[in-house]
Amino acid sequence: MNNSLMYQINIEQDRCQGHSRCCSIAPNFFESDDFGNVRLKGDGTISPDFETIVRLAVANCPERALSLTNLSEQQVKT
Amino acid sequence: MTTSKPVTDWATDWTHFDLRWVEDPFPIWEDLRSRCPIAHSMRFEDGAFFPSTYEYVREIAYDSDHFSSRRVIVREKKVELQPNPPITSDPPEHTAARKLLLPAFTEKAIQRFEARTRQVCIDLLDNIGGVESCDASIQYAQHIPVLVISEMLGLPADDGDRFRDWIHRLLEVGPTDPIVADKALQEITLYFVGQVADRKPGGHLFEASDLISFLLSAKINDEPLQESHLVGTLRLLLIAGIDTTWSAIGSSIWHLSTNPKDLRRLVNDPNLIPTAIEEFLRAYSPVTMAREVVKETSLGGCNFTVGSQILLSFPAANRDPSVFEQADRVIIDRQENPHVAFGLGRHRCLGSNLARMEIRVALEEWLRRHPVFSLKIGEKVKWSEGTVRGPRTLPVTLGKSEQVCE
Repeated sequence: MNNSLMYQINIEQDRCQGHSRCCSIAPNFFESDDFGNVRLKGDGTISPDFETIVRLAVANCPERALSLTNLSEQQVKT
Repeated sequence: MTTSKPVTDWATDWTHFDLRWVEDPFPIWEDLRSRCPIAHSMRFEDGAFFPSTYEYVREIAYDSDHFSSRRVIVREKKVELQPNPPITSDPPEHTAARKLLLPAFTEKAIQRFEARTRQVCIDLLDNIGGVESCDASIQYAQHIPVLVISEMLGLPADDGDRFRDWIHRLLEVGPTDPIVADKALQEITLYFVGQVADRKPGGHLFEASDLISFLLSAKINDEPLQESHLVGTLRLLLIAGIDTTWSAIGSSIWHLSTNPKDLRRLVNDPNLIPTAIEEFLRAYSPVTMAREVVKETSLGGCNFTVGSQILLSFPAANRDPSVFEQADRVIIDRQENPHVAFGLGRHRCLGSNLARMEIRVALEEWLRRHPVFSLKIGEKVKWSEGTVRGPRTLPVTLGKSEQVCE
């Protein structure tokens, strides 16, 4: 897999309070656990095709618990 | 109510019981945000603060060390503490009390009540029938959450009038009249003590599969809940979901009844319903909470002395233009909308998934039956006072629009 085309979803689990906004907006990437808190569906890497929808989910989190890392940029930094 | 002297300066003498605030609080908040984002008032015992910006509301909601949830209603006279766990709990007690309830209110758990909710809405619309006008709050919105929470808790649906009467006395009259509040509280407590007794061995509802029975058998640290905890939680579950969701449904219908363009758009494109609901929740957030200062602190240049009350207005935060572009415009396809209508932090509304489901189903069914309707010209909408905001009367004309199209 070419890392330059990938993003990583990050969840700050202790910030999530279970508003479920991300699960509604991007149900292919987020789901709720038994207590209503978010967990990733899959490994949390996404291709640029889905960047827009995941960014929208990130932007709608009232607790600011979500972020997106560009894996290629991260590689450049490290 | 609303008999005290009118406000002349909202920054130093505000009250949310002033009729101008009740009917149209938005210009008041806008004014305060620009010149005094943390307003103060001595109309309430030990003084009360009103932060009107998103960031201050956020800071206070996250800071349970200084701002306790033990009082969740701003009152003129403080009353004895009335624990309704977990809404009135702070950490560490809060954590277990909330965790116990969370699984029953996940989106998945709520799904099983959707069909019943839809039937409730259809029945209400059938009862209204093919008339030319009706009251969408009295004949529709107010009944939906009552019937759904009754089902969840296993309470008789016929008790709805009683529940609404308690809520009116507790949340609308209560904050300025402690005797009325106390009497209502006693009645609710007594009611639930009876309901709990019915579900104990020998009771006629023993081993019923409702939420009351679940809580009766639930344990925290291997101990069953104390009766005061159990009854306190039941009071919360009954009260918290009724006038709040009723208000959210009512405000959504009110908006559509006065904005024919949005109504047409939504009817023609039901895919907009999810963003429209989030936008109605933002712009017309029903719920305002409260905190009490338990450790002195300062914020935004204000000193918060112990005992002060805080009106924690999620509705005001949601109108803050520094977070929401065109905050005072309702944009039913708004994309970025991290509103805090269900609160922020550890006290995020437990019933938010239930509320969203009810609002969605209520709107879907209403619009299916009444794709054309409008607010009746010349009749006034009565808005509730106090802690929860929504239309208590909503006279609408059905089948035609009396509103002038934009």
